[in-house]
Amino acid sequence: MGKILAALAFALSAGVAGQALAEPIKIGMITTLSGGGAGLGIDVRDAFQLALKQAGNAEIELVVEDDAQKPELAVQIADKMIQSDKVDLLTGIIWSNLAMAVVPSVTAQEIIYLSPNAGPSPLAGAACNANYFNVAYQNDNFHEAAGEYANIDYSNTFIMAPNYPAGQDALTGFKRYYKGTLAGEVYTQVGQTDYAAEIAQIRASGADSVFIFLPGGMGIAFTKQYAQSDVGIPLLGPGFSFSQDVLGAIGDAAVGVKNSASWSPDLDNPANAAFVEAFQAEYGRLPSVYAAQSFDTANLILSAAAKASVTDKDAFRAALKEADFASVRGKFSFNTNQHPIQDLYMREVVKEGDVITNKIIATVFTDHGDAYAKDCSL
Amino acid sequence: MSSALLVEQLLNGLQLGVMLYLMAAGLTLIFGVMGLINLAHGSLYMVGAFACAAVAAWTGSFFLALIGALIAAAAAGALMEILVIRRLYGRDHLDQVLATFALILVFSEATRWLFGPFPLYLDIPAILQGTVPLPGGSRYQIYRLAIIGVGIAVAIGLYLLISRTRLGMRIRAGESDREMIAALGVDIRTLYTVVFALGAGLAGLAGAMIGPLQSVQVGMGEPVLILAFVVIVIGGIGSNRGALIGAILVGVVDTMGRALLPGVLSGLLGPSAAATTGSSLASMLIYLVMVVILVFRPRGLFPAGS
Repeated sequence: MGKILAALAFALSAGVAGQALAEPIKIGMITTLSGGGAGLGIDVRDAFQLALKQAGNAEIELVVEDDAQKPELAVQIADKMIQSDKVDLLTGIIWSNLAMAVVPSVTAQEIIYLSPNAGPSPLAGAACNANYFNVAYQNDNFHEAAGEYANIDYSNTFIMAPNYPAGQDALTGFKRYYKGTLAGEVYTQVGQTDYAAEIAQIRASGADSVFIFLPGGMGIAFTKQYAQSDVGIPLLGPGFSFSQDVLGAIGDAAVGVKNSASWSPDLDNPANAAFVEAFQAEYGRLPSVYAAQSFDTANLILSAAAKASVTDKDAFRAALKEADFASVRGKFSFNTNQHPIQDLYMREVVKEGDVITNKIIATVFTDHGDAYAKDCSL
Repeated sequence: MSSALLVEQLLNGLQLGVMLYLMAAGLTLIFGVMGLINLAHGSLYMVGAFACAAVAAWTGSFFLALIGALIAAAAAGALMEILVIRRLYGRDHLDQVLATFALILVFSEATRWLFGPFPLYLDIPAILQGTVPLPGGSRYQIYRLAIIGVGIAVAIGLYLLISRTRLGMRIRAGESDREMIAALGVDIRTLYTVVFALGAGLAGLAGAMIGPLQSVQVGMGEPVLILAFVVIVIGGIGSNRGALIGAILVGVVDTMGRALLPGVLSGLLGPSAAATTGSSLASMLIYLVMVVILVFRPRGLFPAGS
């Protein structure tokens, strides 16, 4: 019953359910459903399907395929979906390296791509494209928010990320807004699982805070080892390392960690309350930030489909760009480079009963765009 | 770098080395006795970690979970040997690599199917939580000291097993001449299954002990597997002593490289460039060490049978 009510509440607030669509739409979703990164892709798929189910529209068809976190496989799937499945829209990619392999060729073929996660800087700047809509964030955004927030309490931060493009972007994003000194700047190996050497360095560095960007299993491993080592220096990070999909595995070691994100389960707006309740009722777990972004992506598509036919690309792109949907992030609009302008928050990991989750403690940026929009010619 | 930090980093290197030894010991034993390259050894490490997390969640006891992990990994190893590996002894290494690579995929997807796509939770038992002071003012995790202790105990136990027991005698005989030992009436098929289960159990133990430190997730075994192969190549394939020395060498070189190189380079390049260059160099360091050792000792530090 709760599920039905939530769906109803959402349908009313979104105001798109049940409206006749101009044309049937076929959406191709390429996401990671196997291997170590599968949790993220499964949240993206589940939230997307939830939005479609709530809209109750039989005219929309979703094709889902697993990219196994491999760029070459993602490229093959994109080609297949465009050529033999004849999809109208593509979405779903989690990882920046896969997005860089797929998006430029897809958008060049006049297929609209909507990113539910991953926002590599080239696609926000010089290589932006009218057919590319990022519904998530530009990669630097969460790190910028953490850097800005660190200015309040800290002046000597130790920063650390894996040695690959997204890791370097992360530390660049943090340093763009952070005004204090750096107690240390360390790049670790991608996929590293033991951080004892780095933790020893942090302990000896005299830092007053630590900022890490370590997605997936790396973040789980680091946070557990950091808490176990009794270092006692406050930990900051982007929301990726402390999202709902990994909090269960980190356990109590994550409690108290401050992390930045564009969304949180407790974000106070009607669309979000209905989404969190419906997602829990449908799948029996709390949604992650990836699920929230994917849910918004699906509702953005539904809102555009209610206004324009997908066969009329110009009209459909214009309808997408209006972003006329009830975002679970509250405010949401597109910048000139078709990347989000949104609020960014600092969250703190808390334990409520047996559930470990995030609570918003501060709004760091209001209507925040990205640093690359000025290089985009759109 | 202060001496306290140096001691701490040496201990970290030793702990990584001991953990690698548990992986490498099984791998080198299986290669030495059966001549088999087992890429799926990392999957047994994953089985150990998942079994440990599941039993710990069910019973609440980490030590029961450790035993459960050992049994689960050894059983998975024995089953794997009987169903698949047994057919590969006569084949060349390429077939073995292909078949055991397929096993990695089977294990990964089966684990994901059984336990779901999200990483599992596993924590250090209460008795081993916390840190102890090190001379010089730093602190060290009790749990990591316990891993070092278990690793050294396993190394001694394995040495005694191979050099002092009847089973060890058969294992050594199997290494030097498998036709002869079969002709002498030793049940070689059972011996192989037992050796394989022993190696699998050690990998499972490593996975279970490392679970509380890291993320218990699908695919966790593969990065360790690569390092374990480096260890046995450095140590000499088939040699238990080589595996131990090689593992500690790799653990210490890797840890010290990560800790020292960026600092050494920052005088030359500036902190930001030194951080990226140092990190790239540090990740290459163990492979460079491997190349240098192979140039001078093509069969590793302690070739089997020498």
